[in-house]
Amino acid sequence: MTIHPLPDPVVASGWTDAPPRMGFFTDTSVCIGCKACEVACKEWNAIPARGTEGSSDLAQDFTAMSMDNSMGLGADTWRHVAFIEQRKPLGIQEPGQFHGDDPSGSDVLALAAQGSGTPPSEAGMTPTTPGPAGEFRWLMASDVCKHCTHAACLDVCPTGSLFRTEFGTVVVQEDICNGCGYCVPACPYGVIDQRPEDGRAWKCTLCYDRISVGAEPACAKACPTDSIQFGPLDELRARADARLASMHENGVTDARLYGRDPDDGVGGDGAFFLLLDEPEVYGLPPDPVDTTRDLASMWRHAATAAVTVLAGIAVTFAGGSGRRSRR
Amino acid sequence: MAECHPVGFQWVMEAKARGAKVIHVDPRFTRTSALADIHVPLRAGTDIAFLGGLINHVLANGHEFRDYVLSYTNAATILTEEFADTEDLAGVFSGLDADERTYDFHTWSYEGTEVQAAAGQREKMRPDRSAPAGVAASGRGEAHGSGGARVPSDAPRDETLTHPRCVFQVLKRHYARYTPEMVEEVCGVPPDVFAQVCDLLVANSGRERTTSWVYSVGWTQHTVGVQYIRAAAILQLLLGNIGRPGGGILALRGHASIQGSTDIPTLFNLLPGYIPMPHAASNEGLREYLDTESTQKGYWAYADAYLISLLKAWWGGAAKADNDWCYDYLPRLTGSHSTFETVMAQLEGTCTGYFVLGQNPAVGTSNAKMQRLGMANLDWLVVRDFQLIESATWWSDGPEIETGEMRTEDIGTEVFFLPAAAHTEKDGSFTNTQRMLQWHHQAVEPDGDARSDLWFTYHLGRRIRQKLAAAQETATPEDRDRDRPLLDLTWDYPTKGPLDEPEAEAVLAEINGWDADGNPLSSYEQLQPDGSTACGCWIYCGVYADGVNQAARRRPQAEQSWVAPEWGWAWPANRRILYNRASADPDGKPWSERKAYLWWDAEQEKWTGHDIPDFPPTKAPGYTAPEGARGKDALAGDDPFIMQADGKGWLYVPTGLLDGPLPTHYEPQESPVTNALYSQQRNPVRQISAFVHPADRFAPSGHEPGADVFPFALGTYRIAEHHTAGGMSRWSPYLAELAPELFCEVSPELARLRGLEHGGWATIATARGVIETRVLVTERMAPFRMAGRTTYQVGLPYHWGHGGPAPGDAVNELTHMALDPNSHIMETKALTCDIRPGRRPRGAARLDLLRDYQRRAGITAETGTEVSG
Repeated sequence: MTIHPLPDPVVASGWTDAPPRMGFFTDTSVCIGCKACEVACKEWNAIPARGTEGSSDLAQDFTAMSMDNSMGLGADTWRHVAFIEQRKPLGIQEPGQFHGDDPSGSDVLALAAQGSGTPPSEAGMTPTTPGPAGEFRWLMASDVCKHCTHAACLDVCPTGSLFRTEFGTVVVQEDICNGCGYCVPACPYGVIDQRPEDGRAWKCTLCYDRISVGAEPACAKACPTDSIQFGPLDELRARADARLASMHENGVTDARLYGRDPDDGVGGDGAFFLLLDEPEVYGLPPDPVDTTRDLASMWRHAATAAVTVLAGIAVTFAGGSGRRSRR
Repeated sequence: MAECHPVGFQWVMEAKARGAKVIHVDPRFTRTSALADIHVPLRAGTDIAFLGGLINHVLANGHEFRDYVLSYTNAATILTEEFADTEDLAGVFSGLDADERTYDFHTWSYEGTEVQAAAGQREKMRPDRSAPAGVAASGRGEAHGSGGARVPSDAPRDETLTHPRCVFQVLKRHYARYTPEMVEEVCGVPPDVFAQVCDLLVANSGRERTTSWVYSVGWTQHTVGVQYIRAAAILQLLLGNIGRPGGGILALRGHASIQGSTDIPTLFNLLPGYIPMPHAASNEGLREYLDTESTQKGYWAYADAYLISLLKAWWGGAAKADNDWCYDYLPRLTGSHSTFETVMAQLEGTCTGYFVLGQNPAVGTSNAKMQRLGMANLDWLVVRDFQLIESATWWSDGPEIETGEMRTEDIGTEVFFLPAAAHTEKDGSFTNTQRMLQWHHQAVEPDGDARSDLWFTYHLGRRIRQKLAAAQETATPEDRDRDRPLLDLTWDYPTKGPLDEPEAEAVLAEINGWDADGNPLSSYEQLQPDGSTACGCWIYCGVYADGVNQAARRRPQAEQSWVAPEWGWAWPANRRILYNRASADPDGKPWSERKAYLWWDAEQEKWTGHDIPDFPPTKAPGYTAPEGARGKDALAGDDPFIMQADGKGWLYVPTGLLDGPLPTHYEPQESPVTNALYSQQRNPVRQISAFVHPADRFAPSGHEPGADVFPFALGTYRIAEHHTAGGMSRWSPYLAELAPELFCEVSPELARLRGLEHGGWATIATARGVIETRVLVTERMAPFRMAGRTTYQVGLPYHWGHGGPAPGDAVNELTHMALDPNSHIMETKALTCDIRPGRRPRGAARLDLLRDYQRRAGITAETGTEVSG
């Protein structure tokens, strides 16, 4: 599904002699859900904690969504660890969890309702992907801005606050953003978000300040198991391909890469993932598309339509005046 | 481990990436289970039954590492005829004194030998056995781990391991009833999962492979906690997994540097380096102390050098031969003085002042109410912490104020709150579970009035000494005598910076020690009993060798051998694996090339390999000790366990443990089930009698009347998001938001049974308290199916308290003060409770609900306190 021929977003953005495009490879198969990435990100970037002054979310509530109380990426959460409970075996894992033929007669799966998409308020228990009794696994995955090759947020930004860095990453400049919010619906992943106080948009900068001086982004630095890996995108892609091949060889056939393909709807992600299940399970869109992809043709259609409408109006006026004149 | 030690878990992940199989044994499916190859759910409080099942599997099928077991353990040693096992006495060992709630371990000894107890309990083994019961009550068992028994080299052995009274056969009989069926009935572990673990464990042990065990406080916080670890030790010795690379038993501690705080202890019953604290009744003089506390064979033979060097480090020039090196300045134990006895002493009015440094007993200690009641009866209380934690504010906003049990105006305790500096604001060291010291440097000056603990302790001591010195002239002779130990202290650390911060490295240098000329020592082998050396902690001797802070070394892994000896410094003597002589066979050759670690170089006549030998470096494998040899000379060339007085790893502990020579499954103090293995329900010598108090009642267990009032198993634990009682995490907004409220975890089945609403509120009650929590219904909390009945569990992370920006009830309102007799650690990992939907009553009605529960369960002061029950 290749769109406009834009092989190198950095060059296309006018950079010359740029360093290699940098990105994240998040290998969720080794994520232990410690949330060090969330905390390191907030510490380094001085993001307000929920429930504190300046935060977009003044409530600080227990969500009952497994161990997840952050609930997704937003203006104040630039890394987010998802927790997904499933009745599925993981690798050779045979957990032997005892559920079923129980005197309480509880229908566990009915309680769990329809998987991880159920709003917590409606779930009878932590949403759990259905499967046979006795099987159980707990997926954890740290989500982040994808730093798309074709970044719609950047395309629609009227002030130039959002820009493509020399590393190929997409960054909001907080002193330029005027809070118009156009970028929010433009993001195919629902990542970028506004803070309510002045409407300015915030998201992961891939620690532009840190990588500019040769340091690793805060989340990758804090990750104890190297689930979050930072580096030149080419290298990360090669590493991810090897990891995927080895997992498939070891029988983890559900493993897949997400956002690695340069031919996908956004031209590939600068931050891509190894997942152990369908993207939807993690709350990720299965087939993200650059929302400005069809903008040119849309404008063409709009222009045609406008011309048609104008022509119609002209005819109407002409006719109308005729009718009126007949009166 | 992934929950509470995520940084350390990276190495587990690395091992897994290299092909290691990870088995996680836990009642709950946690973050660790999520990354393991196998999760083994077992009912909390049944680990000895599980480990006993593994031991039985090894012994019944001949899977033990025979050459290792025969040469390096006490398997062949023959026991006295007087010993009677739990098999003979319905679940207890010979020597039980039901009135005193203690064992006399005379009958547990080796045949024909008078075994000297390991350090701490030795005096109990003297022939006259005149030591009063208070010595046992003081439970100086924590010294045993490093102590050894005086076992003559001629203790009878049966090299065929067939003598009915040899340790090997006794062990076999003891664990014969721990069958897979029994493991299922007691632990709720399905037989196929258990078989999988057995097979993996056996296949991964022997000459070519090793297995390691990792435990955390989930093992120690039981009335049989020490025996849990003992059971793992037996298994590891049988499989040959001690002293070898990739083997061992690793204890993950609850805090950074808790290992350091037992090495240089904050414990009442130890001096630095696991030297037992003298007891008032039995260690009157230095000679008497050394006679009872040192051993004939092994490195505890030099206890005199360790202790006298310590006294020289503390009292310098004042410590002389003619005053027994100031031995009389040391305090004396008169019984157990653990945190729980301290609370009782506060309630009795004998303990009137209290320092609370970096802990939060008002919510973090078992039976937090007792802690608050004790603190309310003090004259003064000093709390040093980052934040105004509950231990500093209970007098104005604690649960007893809400219920009306206390009124602020009636509380006489004067509370001082002093802000503490964080580790980034001071120099110092952390000692981790591998006994490795790693230095950290100060990054910033502390904010405002915050000061380091070192600053506080040093300057407090300095000012007290000034006051006492000034008062000397006018003081009575008795007061002058009383103050001498303080005035004679070597309290002269240099200070630096605008805050007069004491130099942490100067303290490290004193811990390391120096010779008569003030030169830094490099090894504890240099320590002398003649006052010519000073050393603040003998096992740390060498950490400041050559005047260099060895703990501050940070040579990258890639620039040195895989053992990485130049990263930090590990006690003793920078040895990375203890007892590493056992990594070679009796002839000194590696057990296999794959697992080669230390070996005998016959040409150079010394031990060599990847690590520093934990063995006399030139003692040949074939060496046998001459008659009457002492200390290290008494160790044979194939005695790898150099701290044990017989040089062997102890499958069977003839003396030193207070609750039996072999781990035996007893149900927890409170259990939803009856012990399926023995008619003895609980550990007969669990420590409870000192704490009879209306606020510390126990629930009935198993089939006892009233047990159905508290039908569910309750476990407390930590989660990745918070740290212990929350002082370091609940006030940190970035951490508080990750887990903003107290919650319980229950299975969907239990939720249905009790009508609990996911995301709603529940009230949880035990015999001691009532709390409210949010509800997380999850399949991660599976019920247990055992012998046809189902046991449900309620899980509670215990991080919350009534204060701070993320408040919640303290889980320790529910927990009790029944302790392991050896370590005085409370049983917070396995209790019983009831759970019901909705929030708890407010005010005095909260107490009414508790009383109602106690009445319905028929709870009295005697409930659950029986020795034989």
